Amino acid sequence: MMSAATIDQATFTALQEMTGVEFALELVDTFLQEAPGMLDDLRHALTAQDADKFRRAAHSLKSNSNTFGALALGAMARELEIAGVARVRESGGQPLEALAQEYARVAAALTALRHA
Amino acid sequence: MRELRSGPARLLVVDDNKVNRLLLTRSLEVQGHSVASAENGRVALEMLRRESFDLLLLDMEMPEMDGFQVLEQLVNDRQLHDLPVIVTSSLEGIDNVVRCIELGAEDYLSKPVNPVLLKARIGASLEKKHLRDQQKELVRRFATPEVAQDLQNSGFSLGGKRVHASVMFSDIRDFTALAESQPPEETIELLNTYYALMFDAINSHGGVVTLMMGDGLMSVFGAPMPLPDHGASAVRAAQEMVEMIDLFNLERNGAGKPPINIGIGIASGEMVAGYTGTHERATYTCIGNTVNLAARLETHTKVVHRAILVDQATRSALSERFAVEPLGPVPFKGKAAAVDVFSVDPGQS
Repeated sequence: MMSAATIDQATFTALQEMTGVEFALELVDTFLQEAPGMLDDLRHALTAQDADKFRRAAHSLKSNSNTFGALALGAMARELEIAGVARVRESGGQPLEALAQEYARVAAALTALRHA
Repeated sequence: MRELRSGPARLLVVDDNKVNRLLLTRSLEVQGHSVASAENGRVALEMLRRESFDLLLLDMEMPEMDGFQVLEQLVNDRQLHDLPVIVTSSLEGIDNVVRCIELGAEDYLSKPVNPVLLKARIGASLEKKHLRDQQKELVRRFATPEVAQDLQNSGFSLGGKRVHASVMFSDIRDFTALAESQPPEETIELLNTYYALMFDAINSHGGVVTLMMGDGLMSVFGAPMPLPDHGASAVRAAQEMVEMIDLFNLERNGAGKPPINIGIGIASGEMVAGYTGTHERATYTCIGNTVNLAARLETHTKVVHRAILVDQATRSALSERFAVEPLGPVPFKGKAAAVDVFSVDPGQS
């Protein structure tokens, strides 16, 4: 897969302009607090084969990722949302691991932006 | 786009996702609105039933009660089914978007929400709500609660339909001379009493006042809701109006004031009825030859010195119990053939 920027700078700048720089940074903090819970929800839903919970968690992660310009993460979350819990299980949960790794990169990039 | 009229609009944001909720709330506050938020559909409905909001921004994917369930509840809620809803979601699948619109959502914005689109859609929604509120207020003043409810349920759709109904025109004879001979406050007070009495008589027989002009009133019986005996209902209303004025004159006489007299013209038949106007101001009205004839009959009451005149179609709808006197054909201005005119005795039915 082609490696795109972890955080799309144009999207993140537009967010800061819309909400104000301070607010955008507070929103980053909120995301960094909430996202690990969404990843947990995905893992638990995968184990429990809870289709609704899985779809909802993937949906939230997709929507938040796109807000901050984490477009690759957003695209991966979207694929999980569309695929659904059963198909992700069939592929041994590998897409979830890839997602977690991308999230780690996003979290690092956002934290760097936070302290820039 | 028009700026906010009466202070900031009050909006409710519903989203289970904290980042989305904070972001949307912030975007709306930056645009000058007052914003409250809820984390799921159940909490949102509780807030909507407790406080008043101008607009709802609704996410679809939510635990406990999702957006579809909220839309379903709103559609079936008398108090809330006019509340404009903008769906803000990143739903996959066009069928989901269609389902939102079918459930009454006014607009759909996909996330992340573009602030320029957000501003435009909210402006348009609030404008539409303002127009609906204005219409509701207008109807509330002019019509019976049943008719008002019916109009509200039909969504005030502009555009007319053909109806069979009876139209009534009424006014106070020589009102201008009377108005000029007394202090203005007294004239306004007289008009207020007169309107209160006439509205009561008209509404209690199923009529709707569609126009007030000085001392003149236009009312319709049989629209917007069908009325099986609209001709007889209009005539009974006319008789009650005359009776009310007689009682009112007794009171005026006691106060040393001159009596007032009214003239009423009624015609029945097919006409076009519906909402007309602009987005700033709309009204319910009826148009057609039947309407013109009713106006001519009202004017003719002054010529023949009768209180209530009706056309042939209205007369045919009256039972034997009404005392009706044929006055023969009258050549009215704008009518090719002379029209048979009938006088109805105000006191008998």
